Amino acid sequence: MPISDWFKAREGRRYTVASADKSADLPDGVWLKCPSCKHTLYQGALNDNLSVCPHCGHHFDMPAYDRVLALADADTFEETEATISSLDPLRFSAAKPYSTSLSSAKEKTGLAEAMITGRALLGGHPVVLGAMDFRFIGASMGSAVGEKIARAFALAQAEDRALVLAIASGGARMQEGMLSLMQMAKTSAAAERLSRAGVPYISILTNPTYGGVTASFPVLADVILAEPGALIGFTGPRVIEQTIRQSLPKGFQTAEFLVEHGMIDGVVPRPELRDTVGRILDYLCVRDVPEAAAGAACAVPTEGGEE
Amino acid sequence: MARFVMEFERPLAELEAKLTELKALDAAAELHLDQEIAELEAEVEQLRVTLYQALSPWERVQVSRHPERPKTQDYVEMLGSDVFELRGDRTYGDDEAIFAGLVTIAGRRCVVLGHRKGRNTKENIRRNFGSPHPEGLRKARRAMQLAEKFGLPLVTFVDTQGAHPGLEAEERGQGWAIAENLATLAALRVPVVAVGIGEGGSGGALAIGFGDRLIMLENAYYSVISPEACASILYKDASRAPETSACLQMTAADLVRHGIADEIVPEPLGGAHRDPGMVYAAVERAISSALDSLCGQEVGELVEKRFERISAIGVFTEGE
Ligand SMILES: [Zn+2]
Repeated sequence: MPISDWFKAREGRRYTVASADKSADLPDGVWLKCPSCKHTLYQGALNDNLSVCPHCGHHFDMPAYDRVLALADADTFEETEATISSLDPLRFSAAKPYSTSLSSAKEKTGLAEAMITGRALLGGHPVVLGAMDFRFIGASMGSAVGEKIARAFALAQAEDRALVLAIASGGARMQEGMLSLMQMAKTSAAAERLSRAGVPYISILTNPTYGGVTASFPVLADVILAEPGALIGFTGPRVIEQTIRQSLPKGFQTAEFLVEHGMIDGVVPRPELRDTVGRILDYLCVRDVPEAAAGAACAVPTEGGEE
Repeated sequence: MARFVMEFERPLAELEAKLTELKALDAAAELHLDQEIAELEAEVEQLRVTLYQALSPWERVQVSRHPERPKTQDYVEMLGSDVFELRGDRTYGDDEAIFAGLVTIAGRRCVVLGHRKGRNTKENIRRNFGSPHPEGLRKARRAMQLAEKFGLPLVTFVDTQGAHPGLEAEERGQGWAIAENLATLAALRVPVVAVGIGEGGSGGALAIGFGDRLIMLENAYYSVISPEACASILYKDASRAPETSACLQMTAADLVRHGIADEIVPEPLGGAHRDPGMVYAAVERAISSALDSLCGQEVGELVEKRFERISAIGVFTEGE
């Protein structure tokens, strides 16, 4: 769907966005309770604050379009591959038919798939920008998501644009069986190609990022950022506790835990993400600034040199 | 040694036991039960065929996990010669859940990798039942890079329930280790032949489990999630794994149908453990012919073809 239509659809849904943390005694969707500080929040005000609690800084899940609009320079996001969506190659129907899950996810989110991608400017740099939407079957990676990611890598390489991906995912989409597992290999192969071409790639891990998605393209980025408190790992805590009966420390698998263990570069609050990514691209994208390219070896800042 | 009896084999095991008993009785008391013994033997043979000739996906999962099934170590010993084991990830430790080594297979010097399940409890504890930690996967990556550096083809044996699910594995970057292997394997500038010999459990299997060819043993499986875990998620009941193992389309034949595996190596009736010698010979032939066709290819073309092969996997629509 073109982004203008999506905006219309979004306006219509604005105050009926379902939230897992919604309190039962509050009017449907208009008000919700912050799971962290328990303050009652007006949904509209939350949306205007990048879905970050104004009282305690709790980061709520962010829909994919909100995410790309929050990262891209104003009015520069132009969606690509908008029509790619899933089929049901296994006719998977254990517990609930996959086809039913797909249609209700489309209905609920207005999205064709759990990921959107496009061209944009970010801090003035031409980029390919993508975001995953957790509301769409847990932003799990099946064939369609894998293809969109692979094409985003290919586009970044073809047009020499840096790639910036905001990740959230429960893991591989098991309803597509081995086809979904192989998307890990496919997206990692694409990431390796881009890396060898010397095109910058920054990933932003958001809550939650797990399973086969963690173990593929997101962690192959040149610079890996994460939002505060985001839970990120390969095996989820419940599975670890159930299968090997280990008790897990407080703060296990948070973004902060990953910084301590050397797995990511930094924890960046959502309101600072755009500037932070832009500043990193200033270093990595010398090729998209002609004046800088001439003197790339000494990387003289072309403006804002006082920083 | 008494053979481990899988659940679905029990009726056959009971009949076989009865036959043994009858023979012993006949020998001891000279009862001249030749007629009865012959009839029972025919019955056993009939049951063996009906039981094994069309295994369900869940039965194949049980066969793939059979404790006497040939394992990576057996293939290395039976197919390989002049073996030198490579150990350690040069950063943290040596994870025995992964075998890495210089091995001559079918007359070619290769680098061989494999998930290493134990042949008994003691070995299994040391080898963590073939479930690698990040250091095991990083040892594998080191071996891949060594293969590339010296132009040696890479042969991998896939047999794991999955990467180890634990606190330390997470602290040391299990997801990172898998991803780095996937990227390395995808672009490796030597031929890569993967062989599914038993269990293919998710990311921990994939981390050494794809390449220019994927050869699957008839009863090996390869899956995005274990049938038990899938059943726990969907039905809150792991005992419904027989259903989910069918839904997930994880058998060798399913993989060929989806364009993920290239070839199936047939197993003797009842599984590879019934006649390992036949299986070793068939696997050696399959690896040998895959390497014959891959080793002659120009490296750039080989890598490009592998990239296209991986990139083509997936079923989706681009319509409005
Ligand atoms: Zn709050």
